Amino acid sequence: MTTYWKLFTTFSKIGAFTFGGGYAMLPLIQKEIVEKQKWATEEDIMDYFAVAQCTPGVIAVNTATFIGYHQRGIIGAIAATLGVVTPSICIILVIASILTSFSDIPIVQHALNGIRIAVCILILQAILKLWKSSVKDMFGIIVFITILCLSFLPFIPTILLVIASACAGLCHTYIKKKGDINI
Amino acid sequence: MIYLSLCIEFFKIGLFAIGGGLATIPFLSELGTRYGWFTTEMLTNMIAVSESTPGPIGVNMATFSGYHAAHILGGILATLSLIAPSIIIIILVAQVLEKFKESDKVQAIFYGLRPAVTALITVSAIQIFSITFFNTDLFLLTRNIFDLFHILSIVLFIILYFLYRKYKCHPIYLLLGCAILGILFQL
Repeated sequence: MTTYWKLFTTFSKIGAFTFGGGYAMLPLIQKEIVEKQKWATEEDIMDYFAVAQCTPGVIAVNTATFIGYHQRGIIGAIAATLGVVTPSICIILVIASILTSFSDIPIVQHALNGIRIAVCILILQAILKLWKSSVKDMFGIIVFITILCLSFLPFIPTILLVIASACAGLCHTYIKKKGDINI
Repeated sequence: MIYLSLCIEFFKIGLFAIGGGLATIPFLSELGTRYGWFTTEMLTNMIAVSESTPGPIGVNMATFSGYHAAHILGGILATLSLIAPSIIIIILVAQVLEKFKESDKVQAIFYGLRPAVTALITVSAIQIFSITFFNTDLFLLTRNIFDLFHILSIVLFIILYFLYRKYKCHPIYLLLGCAILGILFQL
């Protein structure tokens, strides 16, 4: 049985090492949640991300609430969510009370530029893994390319793209079913 | 009284900012002008710090602006208020989803959503890649094609990528190792 404490500490670890916000936490989620704790599958994570994108709030927080709820109900959801934000609160409060120009310090800049390389490696690995479990046929490739191109247009809100691809999924399944009956 | 208005304002941001952390910026800048809790310059600084410290950017910015408005308790209250609507909404959605997860319609919806989410993550990866490996500012200034690329970063990326694939360490060690390399190489 997953304890509330385990949920809290696992998500604290994810919160403490997510640089770059939102989707940059994916590699850590894959490692900690999917591989180590086995609380969710790759597909589950993608479903959570999709819902998190359409509901209000910070994506990382929404995903933590989701996984916590599935493990231990409402208190589990709260434990996981508090876990993911606790490192942020501590770190930011320390930085805000000591210095205002934290990101201008040269050594911080150099460390961050190094960390960005790590984030690139991790996220590339994460996407390759996701690709295997999400894009399984021609339909998947078409949706992937269409959304990829459309999201570079600044005037289309992301939530619209998410809703459109949900409709595409419905239509595809509907047409396929009809095809089975006809043939 | 400032604590109450902090709670209400950040609850509202949590409720209406759809699409992740950066979506909270316009709300925050409005808060700054309305209550005078922080200036636009402080907001710019807050965004920079939030992006360069670990954790979700939206959460970092809430803690930061809450701290500027009403010190430590303000920072904690602002953050908890920001995440409260998410917790409530997601728990409701999760309950509904659990009930209908096996239905064909929900399965069909997620069948379309999964490749789309992969595409959205790829887009944010492309943005991180372009910040890390290209230096467009310097290139526009010098018009020297070699200035466009962060050659050292690209070389490090290629070497480390293959090492990481071969020796698969925990992501946390890779992050820490790269931070040290960044300082050593003065990236």
